[in-house]
Amino acid sequence: MAIEKTQGVVMGLNGDEAVAWAVKQCNVDVVAAYPITPQTIIVEKFSEFVANGEVGTEFVPVESEHSALSACVGAAAAGARAFTATASQGLALMWEILYIASGLRLPIVMAIVNRALSAPINIHCDHSDTMGARDSGWIQLYVEDSQEAYDTVIQAFRIAEHPDVLLPVMVNLDGFFLSHTLQDVHILPDEVVKKFVGIREPIKIKVPYLGDKEVPLALDGETPITLGPLDLQDYYFEHKIPQVEAMENAKKVIKEVNEEYAKISGRKYGNGLTVSYGLEDAEVAVVLLGSAAGTVRYVARELRRKGHKVGVLRIRAFRPFPVEDVVEKLRNVKVICVMDRAISFGAYGGPLFMEIRSAFYDMPEKPVILNYIYGLGGRDLPPSTAKDIFMELLNTARTGQVKQLIKYVGVRE
Amino acid sequence: MSELKGWRALPIGTLPLKFSTEFKTGDWRTFRPIINQEKCVKCLLCWIYCPEMSIVWDGEKVTVNYDFCKGCGICARECPVKAISMVPER
Amino acid sequence: MSSVINIRELAKKEPKLLPGHRLCAGCAAPVIVKLVLLVAEGPTIIVNATGCLEVATTIFPYTSWKVPWIHNAFENAASTAAGVDAAIKALRRRGVFKHDKVNIVAFAGDGGTYDIGLQALSGAIERGHNFLYILYDNEAYMNTGIQRSGGTPMGAATTTSPAGRVIPGKPQHKKPIADIVVAHKAPYVATATPAHWMDLMRKVKKALSIEGPKFLHVLSPCPRGWRHDPSITMEVAKIAVDTCYFPLWEYENGVWRLTDRSLAIAKNPQLKKPVEEFLKIQGRFRHLLQPENRHVIEKLQEYVDAVWSDLLKRAGFK
Repeated sequence: MAIEKTQGVVMGLNGDEAVAWAVKQCNVDVVAAYPITPQTIIVEKFSEFVANGEVGTEFVPVESEHSALSACVGAAAAGARAFTATASQGLALMWEILYIASGLRLPIVMAIVNRALSAPINIHCDHSDTMGARDSGWIQLYVEDSQEAYDTVIQAFRIAEHPDVLLPVMVNLDGFFLSHTLQDVHILPDEVVKKFVGIREPIKIKVPYLGDKEVPLALDGETPITLGPLDLQDYYFEHKIPQVEAMENAKKVIKEVNEEYAKISGRKYGNGLTVSYGLEDAEVAVVLLGSAAGTVRYVARELRRKGHKVGVLRIRAFRPFPVEDVVEKLRNVKVICVMDRAISFGAYGGPLFMEIRSAFYDMPEKPVILNYIYGLGGRDLPPSTAKDIFMELLNTARTGQVKQLIKYVGVRE
Repeated sequence: MSELKGWRALPIGTLPLKFSTEFKTGDWRTFRPIINQEKCVKCLLCWIYCPEMSIVWDGEKVTVNYDFCKGCGICARECPVKAISMVPER
Repeated sequence: MSSVINIRELAKKEPKLLPGHRLCAGCAAPVIVKLVLLVAEGPTIIVNATGCLEVATTIFPYTSWKVPWIHNAFENAASTAAGVDAAIKALRRRGVFKHDKVNIVAFAGDGGTYDIGLQALSGAIERGHNFLYILYDNEAYMNTGIQRSGGTPMGAATTTSPAGRVIPGKPQHKKPIADIVVAHKAPYVATATPAHWMDLMRKVKKALSIEGPKFLHVLSPCPRGWRHDPSITMEVAKIAVDTCYFPLWEYENGVWRLTDRSLAIAKNPQLKKPVEEFLKIQGRFRHLLQPENRHVIEKLQEYVDAVWSDLLKRAGFK
């Protein structure tokens, strides 16, 4: 059905369906996807839209995730707006193509429904899949609820296709906690979303070997562009620096798109890069990604009512890492607990912990930074555990005692 | 050998800087094909088979583009009237 | 549509694969590409898998391609082409793609097709995408140093199937890749060699006029890997067909047809040469001429004969 009401509608949707609705409204040209739990509903829902003629999208039911992203690369290179979705093993399978997509500066948007990596096989939520892709040159945005999943997919096309960015974007939503749980999601009217994302126009470039005229950077059948050459030792390094620059530019663009989206929807997610709660006067704070932030914030609110000075920083953009934001927002906090829903085996702490610690290294005043690794394989983080964590942090703030720097929360000995 | 460019001078998305016609592979060869124009019947088989696109037909004559010819000898081998001979490159 | 190919006219046009590429002297691959691009009229998009062709024609900052071209990865030429096909359909529906017809041509070696690329190829054919897949088969992973592939024939010496004291070259037969594509019921499947250029060009032209997934298996002799003089590349291809080691055929809508030299051999069986004629001019089979390895030649001859007689039946010959 087309959403025509001027204010949009509120529907009971799970995270996957919310993503499918966003893709439906975004004038996406090609969707090439392969099913994997817990992403399946995105693909199934979208297939319904296609089968009912509600979208002009070319749906390619590829035979593997590797082919899914490969097809998106081909489609995006031909100037189309391309989308795919996957999780866990599927993301692992397309790993080599991730680097190719970002190296070729293709603005593909991909929804990742965070799920643990085998072995043993586990279909439930943790962030190990997307953490494994953090160096791939993709922008990574982690959402807290299904509403944000819908909003962020729409924003992702604008961020990816921005001429100062031109990088692919991953929108990460927690498997089962968000993907399969019903929530009231406000869907904007079709026309509003259509206008916000526009249609994809390949950028125009001037290259000396093609004379001095502007040509589209797309495989249009005529312009003899060569995409994906062989670089020897003399040029590979130089080709990587523009990607670094683009990532840096992305910080500004993510913030701008967040503001612009607030104007059409009334919804904002912090400043786009991070979402803070209670950090103006917090003594202790928890820093984390994804849906568990909702639980932690709920507990923090309860504790603040009782007079405890606690705060929460949810990192929305993990790549590019908002180092300036982190340092600024956590400046006055005495004890920080970074909660990681992923392990980096052999490393000194989890991935988010290492980034936060590194952010504070040059600061004259460094807070105590602890690492609690939680929630692997879909292990729940109940409010009681969050409360225990805050109480421990408050204790550390008072006594200066750190029982254990890196802890695994909720695991049985 | 042209100067190597810095990253700021590179076009976006790994696009190349020049066509390979600026890279002369003619210095690869140790033998060069010589076409005997008297014998040549202008069948253009040499043009068809040349891997280097280095046989040139201008509508009248068949000539070799020595900038790129690698001296593989396929043209000489395939010529039906043996109009091409491979002579050592000096 | 005229089926006459006028070489004199074609030879005056500017080549779309430019000289200055770094493929070996005597390599058949650029000849194959040249012949294909000569008949691919109108807008064309090339999808190239990793391999000799891709690497040697696009060493940054140079490119030898005067047509739109993309290289993605090794095993996904078919899925990348599928994505391009889907994009064009979508862009046409949106009204932004102005051409009525576009040739999407995927070039991949035996490496990127027989083995690592088989899944993508199979999936793309099953989904019915509109593209022409051209396999340039040099019968080993040549670009990485002549390692065996599923397309390497029995007995051939490669670096991972060397002619040793105990095992004389590759123990397994060449995978019948074109048959696998026929089993998918693709609308058009054919074999060709650059030496039989008119046959190749005619098949490409026909393929490009058909909707759906088309497959061309082209033999691409490799002087470096097959160990023969660069000047006899085309001769090697001719003898491959003369011995029925690599028969020339086409499959269209359930009908099999022999073509060119293979059709002549079918009508005139005494033209068929023993497979040893093909083996003895290549260094990669040299060890088979030793007395202790002759049994491999016999096995290979049996195999070639069996495949040929099966092909004769399918094409309506006795």
